[in-house]
Amino acid sequence: MSAEYDLECLDVSKNFGGVRAVEDVSFKIPKGSFFSILGPSGCGKTTLMRMIAGFEDPTRGDIYIKRKSVLNTAPNKRNVKMVFQHLALFPMMNVFENIAYGLRCRGETAGEIERKVKDVLERIALPDVGGREIHQLSGGQKQRIAIARCMVLDPDVLLLDEPLGALDLKLREAMKIELKLLQHQFDTTFIYITHDQSEALVMSDNVAIMNEGRFEQVGAPQELYHDPKTAFVAGFVGDNNHWTGKINQVIGDRLDLVTETGLSMTGHLRGNAAAAAGGNLTLFVRPEFITTRKVEDGTSEKISSDDNCLTGKIDSLLFNGANSRILVRGPGQELIEADIVLTGGTDDLRPGDPVRLSWPREQTMCFLA
Amino acid sequence: MAQKRNSAFLLGYRLYVLAFFVFLAAPLLAAGTFAFNDSLFPALPWQGFTLDWFFNNTEPKLGMFHDRRLLRGLYYSFVIATMVALLSVLVGTCNAFLFVRVEFPYKNFFYILMVVPLVIPGVILGISILVLASTVANGVEETFNYEIEFLRPGISLVVLGQFSFITTITSLVITARLRKFDETLEEAAFNLGARRARVLRTVTLPFLWPAMFAAGIVAFLVSFENFNTTLFLVGSEAPLTITMFDRMVKVGSTPVLNAVSFFLMVGSGLLALLSILVQRDETEA
Amino acid sequence: MKKDITRLSFILLFAPFALWIILLIILPHIGMVIISLREKVAPRIYEFSFANYVDFMQEPIYWNTLLRTGSMSLLVTVLALIIGFPIAYYIAKIAGKRSKGALFLLCLIPLWVSDLIRAFGWILLLRETGVVSTALQKTGLVSQPIEFLYNDATVIMGLVYTVILFMIVPLVSTLDGMDDAMVEAGYNLGGNGSTVLRRIIIPYAMPGIVSGCIVVFMLTAGSYLTPILLGGKNSSWFTEQIYEQFISRYNWESGAAFGFLLLFFTSIVVWLGLKLSGQTLSSTVAKS
Repeated sequence: MSAEYDLECLDVSKNFGGVRAVEDVSFKIPKGSFFSILGPSGCGKTTLMRMIAGFEDPTRGDIYIKRKSVLNTAPNKRNVKMVFQHLALFPMMNVFENIAYGLRCRGETAGEIERKVKDVLERIALPDVGGREIHQLSGGQKQRIAIARCMVLDPDVLLLDEPLGALDLKLREAMKIELKLLQHQFDTTFIYITHDQSEALVMSDNVAIMNEGRFEQVGAPQELYHDPKTAFVAGFVGDNNHWTGKINQVIGDRLDLVTETGLSMTGHLRGNAAAAAGGNLTLFVRPEFITTRKVEDGTSEKISSDDNCLTGKIDSLLFNGANSRILVRGPGQELIEADIVLTGGTDDLRPGDPVRLSWPREQTMCFLA
Repeated sequence: MAQKRNSAFLLGYRLYVLAFFVFLAAPLLAAGTFAFNDSLFPALPWQGFTLDWFFNNTEPKLGMFHDRRLLRGLYYSFVIATMVALLSVLVGTCNAFLFVRVEFPYKNFFYILMVVPLVIPGVILGISILVLASTVANGVEETFNYEIEFLRPGISLVVLGQFSFITTITSLVITARLRKFDETLEEAAFNLGARRARVLRTVTLPFLWPAMFAAGIVAFLVSFENFNTTLFLVGSEAPLTITMFDRMVKVGSTPVLNAVSFFLMVGSGLLALLSILVQRDETEA
Repeated sequence: MKKDITRLSFILLFAPFALWIILLIILPHIGMVIISLREKVAPRIYEFSFANYVDFMQEPIYWNTLLRTGSMSLLVTVLALIIGFPIAYYIAKIAGKRSKGALFLLCLIPLWVSDLIRAFGWILLLRETGVVSTALQKTGLVSQPIEFLYNDATVIMGLVYTVILFMIVPLVSTLDGMDDAMVEAGYNLGGNGSTVLRRIIIPYAMPGIVSGCIVVFMLTAGSYLTPILLGGKNSSWFTEQIYEQFISRYNWESGAAFGFLLLFFTSIVVWLGLKLSGQTLSSTVAKS
């Protein structure tokens, strides 16, 4: 049912002079969901958000909020509220006045303002900070006040422009969870802009991957991770070993190929294009799908012909707790990353060990170049 | 060894800095101190402490607060400085918004044009404005037989003359502050539903206000002490610096001039301190 | 509609600026040039001529005064830089955090005091019956009163005193922006005191130096009170000539010509200075 969409964008484009910042972007966001727009800096995501908030006018296309076009609605009349990158809390006002600002603009009565501010402060679990000055708050508290300042106005959509960027790592991790909980609590549509894939993947119901002004793919986090539709999505989301290569043979969706460094592999064609022998490829293998085994002298294990397998020597070991990884010098002299588990025992892998790497055919994600 | 040479060097350096500040303070101290000397001349020997040069009401030791001409000069200076301060802060604020917020062709050229009045010698500003004002006033008088009072030497012309270069100072001060303003604060206010006027009143101006205040005080003080430009534009209502200069050259100096100097130094000191306090207050917030 | 608002706000903001610059700066200067290019041939009758400029060229006193004003102003500028730079460096880099602000304020105090009072203070100190002369006699160093006023050295000292703040302030703000690590890196890479000063500190401070020099030079060349009060009648400062033509002789035509010449020559000096130092007006004065 289309009435369930809080925000719809239809072929929205924006040019700055000759530069295309946003190109033909269309999407619909269901009511009450957490939607992220993930892309590298300069991909046009901030421009898109500023168009939704009304600070920029689209060159083409239309934006609907609750089924109504807002193109001719001034930014101060749209019921879309925004949490800015550096929060933009007013330093000349205290917490209460910051939250009351929008209510005052609406001309609500003093009693009502008092009640609503108190209410929203309780909902963000900071009931007693009304009288504090902004500079007396911690980073996480500022974050919550910035959200409360918007939520007190009961917006149709809340836009968040990389609000966690300025926080340190620990706090950022905590705020990710808190934001998700706040979104559930307020049950409002959140649109979250970020270049940090982990923020987007952890919090969102749906994520749009944006690149050079276009949406590459929109989908649930798992879908984007396991079934990327374009090389950009595959490369941008998650870690990868990245090669370029040529197709030797096409058998259904199975490709036999050889990389530029001379490795022979089998792979799985992604995307909707048709492949032919001799075509150029971009291919990705995620480190966590690579199985590493120490090569024992004399033994040769049987591997299914569909799987990929190559041998090499461990060049270095990157210990990072649960996310530890090895760099393996393969036959083509290139370095291949593979995730491993280190137990601290004597049979852990060590630099210099000869290893055999293998992974299923489906995990060689191939895209026509 | 190197340590020793280093600390000797630092000591020398400190002495040099100290000597410099003595040099800076010496004439001000001399001008101020003799206000309290119980003598008819601002010179040694020290004849004992007195406040006569401020409060005595009879000749020959007529104190500054009973000296009609000095008081009138003080009054005119005050009127002129207040008008210049208000006008130049107003235009300076407009200029700040113009150069920080608006993009327009040849902006850099216009910005230089804005700065130029500061480096034009004050004497030249004075005569050029006098020449233009008189030419226009004469022209109008001859053709329409109407006398434009305000283009003749007098308070209005002095205000215009001082305004012409003090506006550069206020513009620079306010522009510097506005550049530091985070424009997303305004966007946030719009986003929360405020109209343009409300955003200006509740967000932008509260941020700019300390700089406007400081610029106003600077303008007031610079106007108060200006001599070069004022000299050519002054009519019968002579401001204080002109009155003092006349007195110094024609009558010769008496300690009443020291009293005025002391009064002015204390006054400007307090105003400067006030502007610093206002700015500091805001940086802490 | 949005475009109209932007346009309107541009016009509203540009109007005060344009009125100010056109009415109080550009038109007066054009008027001054026009009036300098005419000659009184009979009462109230004027003709276009270069007579005022020819007069200037033919009368050595005039152009000598201008040259003297220009060269002494240059000397004052150089002295102000040499004396002021170590002070600015001390305030910006060596003084502790608290004394830094205090010293900077101390530097500014004379700025808030009129030229007139400052010159008056010097007169009280330096004249024949002044403090210095009396003190020297008291200590027995000299037997007669000494007149320190009315000579070039005193005028130059007085001018340096008047303008040095305008050198120190821009220098402090540029030096303040310099990362201490740059100096430390300079030493660390094997430089000694003089190479660090020459190769790192001075190039970094160049915009501040040029900006300070321009302001100081223009202020000095245009100053009136200090040379007249400390130098007496014979100080031969060019602004005195302008004043004399304008007020005493009521010869506006030649006064305007002198005014234009002063502006023209000082502008040329500033332009040359900018060219030689490789800076531009917008990178220096406009920045401070």
